Amino acid sequence: MLVLEDLVIGAGAFRVTADLTLHSGASVAIIGPSGAGKSTLLDAIAGFRSPLSGRILWDGQEITRDAPGKRPVGMLFQDNNLFPHLTLTQNLALALRPDGRLASADHAAIAAALDRVGLAGMENRRPSGLSGGQISRAALARVLLQARPIMALDEPFAALGPALKIEMLDVVAQVAAEIGALVLMVSHDPQDAMRFAGQTVFVNAGVAQGPFDTDALFSDPPKALRAYLGR
Amino acid sequence: MATRPVALIAGALVAGLTLGPVAAVAWRAGVLTGLEPADWAALRFTLVQALLSAALSVAFAIPVARALARRAFPGRGVLIALLGAPFILPVIVAILGLLAVFGRAGVLNRVLEAFGLPEVSIYGLHGVVLAHVFFNLPLATRLILQGWLAIPGERFRLAATLAFTSRDVFRVLERPMLASILPGAFAVIFVICLSSFAVALTLGGGPRATTLELAIYQAVRFDFDLAHAASLALVQLGLALVAGLVALRLSGAGLGAEGMDRVVPRWDAGGTGLRLLDTLWLALVALFLLTPLGLVAARGALGVFSLPGPVWTAAAHSLAVALGSTALCIFWAIPLATRRGELLGLAGIALSPLVLGTGLFLILRAFVNPFSLALPVTGVVNALLSLPFVLRILRPEAEALQQDFSRLGGALGLSPYAWLRWVYLPRMRRPLGFSAGLCAALSMGDLGVIALFADPDRATLPLQIYRLMGAYRMDQASAAAVLLLALSLGLFWIFDRGGRANAGS
Repeated sequence: MLVLEDLVIGAGAFRVTADLTLHSGASVAIIGPSGAGKSTLLDAIAGFRSPLSGRILWDGQEITRDAPGKRPVGMLFQDNNLFPHLTLTQNLALALRPDGRLASADHAAIAAALDRVGLAGMENRRPSGLSGGQISRAALARVLLQARPIMALDEPFAALGPALKIEMLDVVAQVAAEIGALVLMVSHDPQDAMRFAGQTVFVNAGVAQGPFDTDALFSDPPKALRAYLGR
Repeated sequence: MATRPVALIAGALVAGLTLGPVAAVAWRAGVLTGLEPADWAALRFTLVQALLSAALSVAFAIPVARALARRAFPGRGVLIALLGAPFILPVIVAILGLLAVFGRAGVLNRVLEAFGLPEVSIYGLHGVVLAHVFFNLPLATRLILQGWLAIPGERFRLAATLAFTSRDVFRVLERPMLASILPGAFAVIFVICLSSFAVALTLGGGPRATTLELAIYQAVRFDFDLAHAASLALVQLGLALVAGLVALRLSGAGLGAEGMDRVVPRWDAGGTGLRLLDTLWLALVALFLLTPLGLVAARGALGVFSLPGPVWTAAAHSLAVALGSTALCIFWAIPLATRRGELLGLAGIALSPLVLGTGLFLILRAFVNPFSLALPVTGVVNALLSLPFVLRILRPEAEALQQDFSRLGGALGLSPYAWLRWVYLPRMRRPLGFSAGLCAALSMGDLGVIALFADPDRATLPLQIYRLMGAYRMDQASAAAVLLLALSLGLFWIFDRGGRANAGS
């Protein structure tokens, strides 16, 4: 269970506040107008940004000040999810052995993870030799290997075409089911939320509201969300 | 991922090694009372030669850069690469080459003699300026060429649709660009020429052609008047600091050659006259740069293998100094490749080798015989002097790396070792190799602080060449120069190559 307790994040005049509880294993879309602070909220949960006040708790443990690598969060960024000069095996081995002793990483587990995301036999490829979809799959294999109980996705498929994006969301669902992870996905596309997420957090005017049941939210949107959706 | 304590230690070392000697110099100089008329003459000469050198370098560079910017021809890439070479060319080698052309027994005087004309002398102000133009005309050309290539190609297309003549193009597009580039180029070259030592040592001298740096050297070596040397060093320091800050303000260009391989299509410069003019300028500059080196190579190549023992010993000293200096410089540069670190490293530009050397001499004298430490001191000073260039190269790359991958590194929780081993070193190989090559070549060819500290047993190769020249053994000096050139360029090539080889995308 992820609890954001009176959380205030910001810099300068910019503020996002959040006071909400998300349950393990749920799929949560974080939507809202651009610049509202969706990514800022995700950054605070992943540890790339210190909140001004408030606490973040995971299963009752406070993680507000933990370093990103120590948190229960596996993160997928918009880009730069893999080191381009390393092979897929080396990239995934770094996820298993962040101390850099890659030789002792579990190579069977790496091969299995690549197999799970449909990249069997591509162990020695570098990202430059992969398509956009394959790069996303490899990054998902990394998250699968890390097996952290929260998956944080910051619009990782924004550059992919519609069909490929649907395909990737399926892989995300599959990986998340395997780890039993809570999925947090930032998106500016309401379709993503409706297709993928049971719950939705709506970030608007500096406040993160929710979680709402996604279907209920979109069938009868409140005024601010209607303005965002253009209905 | 930069580990803070390491950066702090490296920063403190650099600060200590630059501010320490400055403090020693200031303390020893006391109140500035010791300046004699000869010192004022040295100050005046320093300023005059730097002004002339910078003005001429920039003036000649304009037509050359214009020709390179608007002409595509076979060998253009080679010529541009050649323009980068003087940066790592040992000064003493170039001077030998200039002597072979303009010296007493040089090509020029033999031609003049054949026509019954009086002989010209290379020694004095015009010789110093000539050598400085030889070194800085290429630098100025590259800086100005960058400006030319930064004018968007669309502007020239627009100019073509408006039927601009090349005079209109100059007025509307090129003159504003030059107005913004030239002050910086002038200032940078002025600063470089302010701390000229090796050129003044070989082609200047005497009451009418002594730079401040040379006066410092003479005060230490000939008069052993350390208070006087310290006073001069303080003047040199003030001069270089002021000029350096102005230059920093005015200039923003880097050392790289990115994008110079393209020629912007032009529609205004097709005339035969302009073609001839550009060809003439390019031929002249190629001749001016290549003839001296060609003559040294021709004269010295065969003699390399019959060089006497002391030359080889000096070469071994130089190699050791260059490699040590490179290692030190890179160890400093990795943690200091940040904005603050670069500001700190800039001290190396303001501090001339002779000022640093004098300060270190004053400090070391309290503990040991400074002459016994000639080689280590040379290595350390060379590392300090290369540091600003190396930081200029590394910092943008290091910051881009942080920008792109520090979040991924953080998300994975990479240890500092893992970051260095698997991310930093593989991603930074090219700039690190290039930097190490520059540093090694600069150190290999340096003739500065070693002249201050050296005794007969501890010479570096450039100093040994200077001594051979002093003894009028010009054939041996040329052969040793060929060896020095081969070692400098070889070191640069090996390091730079090492950074490129097998560097995956």
